[in-house]
Amino acid sequence: MASELEFEPPYLFPDYRATELRAPRHPLVKLPPEWFHQARGPVFGRIPVQAEDADLTRQHSGAPLGERIVITGRVTDSDGRAVRNTLVEIWQANAAGRYVDPVDDHPAPLDPNFTGAGRCLTDKEGVYRFITVKPGAYPWRNHANAWRPAHVHFSLFGPSLASRLVTQMYFTGDPLIPHDPILNSIPDERGRSLLTARFDLDTTIPEWALGYRWDIVLRGGGATPMEEG
Amino acid sequence: MTPTPSQTIGPFFGFALPFSDDAAAAPSGSPDTLRIEGQVLDGAGDPVPDALLEISENDQFARCRTDAEGAFHFIVRKPNEAFFSMTVFARGLLRHLNTRMYLPDAEDPVLSSVDPKRRHTLVAQREGGTLHFDVRLQGPDETVFFAID
Ligand SMILES: [Fe+2]
Repeated sequence: MASELEFEPPYLFPDYRATELRAPRHPLVKLPPEWFHQARGPVFGRIPVQAEDADLTRQHSGAPLGERIVITGRVTDSDGRAVRNTLVEIWQANAAGRYVDPVDDHPAPLDPNFTGAGRCLTDKEGVYRFITVKPGAYPWRNHANAWRPAHVHFSLFGPSLASRLVTQMYFTGDPLIPHDPILNSIPDERGRSLLTARFDLDTTIPEWALGYRWDIVLRGGGATPMEEG
Repeated sequence: MTPTPSQTIGPFFGFALPFSDDAAAAPSGSPDTLRIEGQVLDGAGDPVPDALLEISENDQFARCRTDAEGAFHFIVRKPNEAFFSMTVFARGLLRHLNTRMYLPDAEDPVLSSVDPKRRHTLVAQREGGTLHFDVRLQGPDETVFFAID
């Protein structure tokens, strides 16, 4: 069994150049292990979330261009228990590989019918579900001819400070995956495979949208269910 | 079960993660509020204009994205505890960082357990009516960051 750290990226990973001046050089300072897990997580209730935030294809007057998809999965803790009522935030490029964000200067078209940001809360079984379009790949200047594989950014809170997670979801079989230093910063192939969604016919909606499943495990065990809102 | 691995927040979160009044854990102008200001800096001492910080303490939570100068601010109520928990995300950080922002003159067992030469990186400084707290990701005054396990 590989150590858990082989499933996590290191801070310093020179193939991803931006880590060089941003990775701390001191080892992280250890606190008593129970501290992070007992410290209550941020109270995220001020972040607004409405039912329609989970459907990224209905945030404008028309339908966005691209391949319509459903992304769904279950959020559990390390013991496999459902993490209920926790906030899931996603953001992504449009089908052409362009973000709405003003920082993005990739000369691919913006889509007036797509923003690319969504929010939802997990249900009683820990399940989240978004409807969106499949994001396009985009270039990023890290090295010659560098392209990010298609991905959706995810942010989750969970019950404690230890469970906070920001990550990216990829699509199984994407030919850009072997060339991506960000995903390949994770040393162990099994860790990398935890970030790829799989196509699922049962999630696919006939005549409407392809379905992808991606389950998420948040750090820490014994998740105590959040108060029902 | 293996926790899902982390990946960088990347450079393009600014249209998605900020929300209305996100940096104000307490309404500004109410009594007992503190304004905290600071900068996120990289190992060359340059500002980090694409970081996202979150702080929390009891029922207080706030989020702030850094601006072009790497600057951030928070408006908070005076905490019950000696510190705010702070989480640091940025392009170039493959995993986020956990630290604490202690109030000036605060004392607690965690702070006293930290190497005395690095302890000051965890303590906000009073500057007029505000508190100042910088986050240095790397370099001679690198902020103390805490391990989760
Ligand atoms: Fe991205």
